[in-house]
Amino acid sequence: MSKLIIENLSMIYHTIEAETKAIDNLSLEVLEGEFLSIIGPSGCGKSTLLSVIAGLFPPSSGRVILDNMEITKPCNKVGYMLQRDHLFEWRNIFSNITLGLEIQGKCNNESILNIESMLEKYGLSSFKNYYPHQLSGGMRQRVALIRTLAIDPDILLLDEPFAALDYQTKLAVSEEVYKIIKQEGKTALMVTHDISEAIALSDRVAVLSKRPARLKNIYDIKLSVENRTPLKSREAPEFRHYFNAIWKELDIHVE
Amino acid sequence: MLSNNFSKEHELYLRAVKRRKAAIIIVQILILIIFFVQWELTAKYKIVDPFLVSQPSRMIKFMGKLYNEGMLFRHIWVTCYETVIGFLLGTIVGTLIAIILWWSDFICKVLDPYLVVLNALPKIALGPILIFWVGNGKTAIILIALTISLIVTIISVLTGFKEVDEDKIKLLKTFGASKSQILRYVVFPSSIPTMISALKINVGLSYVGVIVGEFLVAKEGLGFLIVFGGQVAQLDMVMLSIIILSIAAYLMYEAVAILEKKFTVWKS
Ligand SMILES: Nc1ncnc2c1ncn2[C@@H]1O[C@H](COP(=O)(O)OP(=O)(O)OP(=O)(O)O)[C@@H](O)[C@H]1O
Ligand SMILES: [Mg+2]
Repeated sequence: MSKLIIENLSMIYHTIEAETKAIDNLSLEVLEGEFLSIIGPSGCGKSTLLSVIAGLFPPSSGRVILDNMEITKPCNKVGYMLQRDHLFEWRNIFSNITLGLEIQGKCNNESILNIESMLEKYGLSSFKNYYPHQLSGGMRQRVALIRTLAIDPDILLLDEPFAALDYQTKLAVSEEVYKIIKQEGKTALMVTHDISEAIALSDRVAVLSKRPARLKNIYDIKLSVENRTPLKSREAPEFRHYFNAIWKELDIHVE
Repeated sequence: MLSNNFSKEHELYLRAVKRRKAAIIIVQILILIIFFVQWELTAKYKIVDPFLVSQPSRMIKFMGKLYNEGMLFRHIWVTCYETVIGFLLGTIVGTLIAIILWWSDFICKVLDPYLVVLNALPKIALGPILIFWVGNGKTAIILIALTISLIVTIISVLTGFKEVDEDKIKLLKTFGASKSQILRYVVFPSSIPTMISALKINVGLSYVGVIVGEFLVAKEGLGFLIVFGGQVAQLDMVMLSIIILSIAAYLMYEAVAILEKKFTVWKS
């Protein structure tokens, strides 16, 4: 079943100097419960796409439909996780997590209990009174994820969620984030630069063209591993084939 | 995260740090003592003319006289009161105007050249006009202090507001935050360090405003004592007032520094 439908979406930015076409007639469907990655060259319009889906600004043309409703403004069914964690230094971990709830006026006993249980489940409860600078990069990223999950969205938009982490941490954190998303039963749409990361986490990988972003191809990732997790996926024999295919599709030249 | 079982080496290190800190404080105090002792002595043996530069013992005597007349704390109080009020008004009004300018980019762009001109203008020049409007007295002095700190406050607070990370604002927007929520949840709190450094500058500026104001109109206050002392060739009065003024300014600056620590607990 389709969760999110992107229909003939185009987006043009206007500045005094220029007019930049960031997205060109892009159509894409995200299925209920699936993990879809979007991969594309730098500056092709990936973040723009997520911002439009999040309802931060209207597209120049086309529509975004979530559960049969067109998205025109930010809505609490969508959780957006930005590239950097953006934890607020002046708030402790717990009140960083309640930020979204406070803004939406939904900070009640039930939501607090839900947060407490997530902190417990994901090994952060002893840190809830700490301040962000006292946490490691990986922990901060998990906190950012829980902050996004706290408003109980149906679909998660992840904009290069692991880009700021070093390689080892990235492997560990993506493993955990993947498990959390699956456990909470969320649909996820992730933007990344990293081909292996895209294959390791996703059910499908969409490849975009250079700017303006157009859909080039979609890969169904079928790996012969049991109880799939990102780390196990990397050991699947098919992993390499997908990697090569997507690498060719991206058609990146060093100039 | 502190542990009390330090290694020997670490204890030595801590002791060295402490010793250095103590040394700095001792030298600072010594400088003060030496300065006043040499002042007293050079004046006493007429190496410098006490009529021109006064003398610590004469200043103390004068202080005692003021105290007995019940005027010492009166003068200090008047000046500090005017400064604190001018300072608070400058900060609050300046921050409010900065919020308006942040809120409406249009107003901000429209007013930009006027702010630049007002910032460049020596606000003291407005003193006579303010006195003409509100009369000789405390109100005029407070207004002069206010005008001096106002524009700087507006500009530095607004700069702080505009430096807030766009992505943090974007994050709030994804939660559906309104403009006033963006102000309350991210713009204001993340500008607190900028605002506090504006406050620190304002302490000094407000004192300048108050003293100039008192030069122009006052019948009491430390600025008044300074001008009056100069007119009647009473350097004891002038020097004493200046020293009290420095202490008062220092204390107020420290108060702001304590405020800063309180608002930035999350840093430690
Ligand atoms: N607010 C804006 N105004 C004008 N142009 C913009 C704006 N935001 C982005 N652009 C332009 O739109 C294009 C796409 O930007 P976008 O950030 O969506 O790319 P991206 O694929 O996320 O890039 P990256 O891989 O570097 O994250 C870029 O060329 C960028 O310069
Ligand atoms: Mg991007």
